[in-house]
Amino acid sequence: MPTAASADPDPAATATPSTRTVSAAQGQSGQDAVRIEGLHKSFGTLEVLKGVSLTAKQGDVVAIIGGSGSGKSTMLRCINFLETPSAGKIVIDGEEIKMRADGSPANRRQIERIRTRLAMVFQSFNLWTHRTLLENVIEVPIHVLKVPRAEAIAQARTLLQRVGLANKEDSFPAFLSGGQQQRAAIARALAVDPSVMLFDEPTSALDPELVGEVLTVIRDLAAEGRTMLLVTHEMRFAREVADHVVYLYQGQIEEQGPPAEVFGNPKSDRLRQFLQSVS
Amino acid sequence: MTGLKSLMQPHRLVLMALFGAFVLWCALSMRWDWLPKYAPLALQGLWTTLWILVVTTVLGFLLAVPLGLAQAIGPWYLSAPARIFCTVIRGTPLLLQIWLLYYGLGSLFPQFPWIRSSELWPYLRQAWPYAVLALTLSYAGYEGEVMRGAFSGVAKGQLESARSFGMPRFTMFRRIWLPQAIRNVLPTLGGETILQLKATPLVATITVVEIYAVSSRVRADTFIVYEPLLLLALVYMVIAALIGLAFKRFENMGPTTRR
Repeated sequence: MPTAASADPDPAATATPSTRTVSAAQGQSGQDAVRIEGLHKSFGTLEVLKGVSLTAKQGDVVAIIGGSGSGKSTMLRCINFLETPSAGKIVIDGEEIKMRADGSPANRRQIERIRTRLAMVFQSFNLWTHRTLLENVIEVPIHVLKVPRAEAIAQARTLLQRVGLANKEDSFPAFLSGGQQQRAAIARALAVDPSVMLFDEPTSALDPELVGEVLTVIRDLAAEGRTMLLVTHEMRFAREVADHVVYLYQGQIEEQGPPAEVFGNPKSDRLRQFLQSVS
Repeated sequence: MTGLKSLMQPHRLVLMALFGAFVLWCALSMRWDWLPKYAPLALQGLWTTLWILVVTTVLGFLLAVPLGLAQAIGPWYLSAPARIFCTVIRGTPLLLQIWLLYYGLGSLFPQFPWIRSSELWPYLRQAWPYAVLALTLSYAGYEGEVMRGAFSGVAKGQLESARSFGMPRFTMFRRIWLPQAIRNVLPTLGGETILQLKATPLVATITVVEIYAVSSRVRADTFIVYEPLLLLALVYMVIAALIGLAFKRFENMGPTTRR
């Protein structure tokens, strides 16, 4: 079993989740967890993001709303470079991601290191289908963060219990409901003790009666002060948990602010129309 | 014991009785007196068949993984040669490949004094290296094509979630992509391995003495035709059944059956 210190010289990447919890909790509140400046993204000739700037401080819950095709998922995926931005600047925990002129990451190791702090929860769960729930949760701690196996398993059991799946650790994802899979995906994301969690429409693929159980888990995470960026269609939920709401329209931020203002007193006509159409 | 009950049905009992009678008839009225004399040779032949099968499938599969990967995501200078290799192997008879290697390469080598004096020469002058090489390349050619589809068939989201957690590329390949690709094509690989078993008699044509060659030897020595062939068929059937069982077990280790 490789020790934590031997594999990677970078302390942030090798620190075990338990020690990182402490550092995340102690991080000066108010420090920027995610800062995006002038983010552009084009797919061929189609410009999806047209200069988006956004800052999430530590402990912030930022809800990103908008119609389909507004670029909200693309924006989220640019933050961890699942999509390479065409232009712009992305700073995670004060560390700027080095980019080439075309927006591609200049340093793959840096991206990989930063990604370990940015856990993503996908619309379609994307649990690894050939591994049990427990194996899904311990996979990244053991094989990326080099956490000792016993420690990873103990932590994974705690997390699975927390999302209400303690009795399912030996099940394969295919035999679980969508809500259970998404809760397991959240446990998998928590296992790396991320400094920022990225939620990409976490309830959009779920049957209506399963949405609640997933939202409950996310609500708990928000309450404990996790930094989260949340792309969602659940307006009531966004209003309830978010500290800051961003409305994207055709690749630009049309309006943003505290949820009470964005939802209660929208200034932009487009946002007003959008809110009417989804409620 | 539900299995036993389902066996106790009239038509099954009749079939079993017929089969039993056939076996009995074979044992009693056919000639098996040659068996003791040829048993040691047959065991050697069986061993040769088995190790050639195992070695060529393992080596062939190890070769098939990069071949499939190159075709699935490689740049053109890797994917084009891989595709040409698979096309040539799959487009020509295995017998031809074996002969080209043995009679072609095998007769070319002795013309170079430095090869004859090299340490490899004791091996290169035998037939089995050419048999192993030909069967390995053949298996690699077919399975390279299978693995190409297997790699492309793994859902994008599976790899995306691995990447989103900062998993390095090789770890992702080893932990997520390859296992899922193999799992998807396990039934195909099982069938192809049985086909490979049944391709092994071809190496008898270049003087490798495996189990089929032993049966030919018996026929040539004793003029007994059917008995060695029947036994040979039985041997191949048993090996094929064992391969099938082994792959079934692999498949059952995955998520399809466990709840």
